[in-house]
Amino acid sequence: MTAHTETTHDKASTDRIEKRVVLQAPRSRVWRAIANVEEFGAWFNARFEGEFTEGATVRGRITQPGYEHIELELQLVRIEPERYFAYRWHPGAIDPGVDYSAEPTTLVEFTLEDVDAGTAVTIVESGFDKIPLTRRAEAFRLNDRGWDAESKNLERYVA
Amino acid sequence: MSRSRGTAAVNVSEAAPMFAALGDATRLKLLGRLSVDGPLSITRLSEGTKVTRQAIARHLYVLGDAGLLRHARRGREQVWSLDLKRLEKARQYVDQVAAQWDAAAERLRAYVEDR
Repeated sequence: MTAHTETTHDKASTDRIEKRVVLQAPRSRVWRAIANVEEFGAWFNARFEGEFTEGATVRGRITQPGYEHIELELQLVRIEPERYFAYRWHPGAIDPGVDYSAEPTTLVEFTLEDVDAGTAVTIVESGFDKIPLTRRAEAFRLNDRGWDAESKNLERYVA
Repeated sequence: MSRSRGTAAVNVSEAAPMFAALGDATRLKLLGRLSVDGPLSITRLSEGTKVTRQAIARHLYVLGDAGLLRHARRGREQVWSLDLKRLEKARQYVDQVAAQWDAAAERLRAYVEDR
C-alpha cells in the first residue's frame, strides 16, 4: 500500500474529475476487478443483475448498510479488454421516487496501463456541468448527511 | 450517493439555495458581469440589457440570499459585488465526487492487492 492516489481535477472546472492510482497487481487482475460484474460490485459495494457487455444497461443496488435503497443503472459504453472500460450513469441518483432517465448522464472511464510497480488506473468522470444544478445541490446535501456512517465504513476497508 | 466518500468532509447545508440561484441564465450573466466589472450599481447592471431594473434587482436579491453576492450603499445607490468565499462552494460538489472516487479507488486497491 505504498502507492498513492492523485486527484487532478482542474480547480476552475466543475465539469470533470480525474484520478490516477497505481495498483500493485497485474493488469489482468485489475481488469477483472473492473470488468467483471461481480468483482466490480465487491469493491464498489453494489450488487448488479446482468453482465457487463458493451451496449448493455446493467441495474444494481448499493449493498452498504443504510444505503440499500439506492439503485444504480450503468449504461456500458465501451469495453476494450484489459485497457479501457466506460459507462454512463446518473450521478447522485439517490431518490427512488425520482425518475432520472430523462436527465443527462456523466461518463465514467477506467483506463489501464502497465507501469513498473504494477498497473496504473486512470478514472475520469466528466459531464457534471450538464447535470441540473438543483440535482447537484440535492446530491451534495444528502451526501453530506451520510458522511459519518460512510467514513466509518471506509476505515474498515483501509485499516 | 452511489459511491462511498473519502476524507474531505464539507459542511454545506446552505449549498442548495446557491445551486438553485445559479440555475438561471440572467443570473449567471449578472454574476459574470460582476466578476469582471464589479462592484456595480443596479443602474449600471441594467444598461444595455432588455431586462428591467426591477427584474435585475429581483435577480440580485436572489443571488444575495443565496450568499453569492453582497451589496453595500454608495451614496444614493446600492452597489453589488461577488462574495467570492461563498462562490467557492459551487466547486465543492465536484470536490465531493472526487473524494468519493478516492475512496472507491482505495477499495479497489485493497481488493486487488490484498488477495
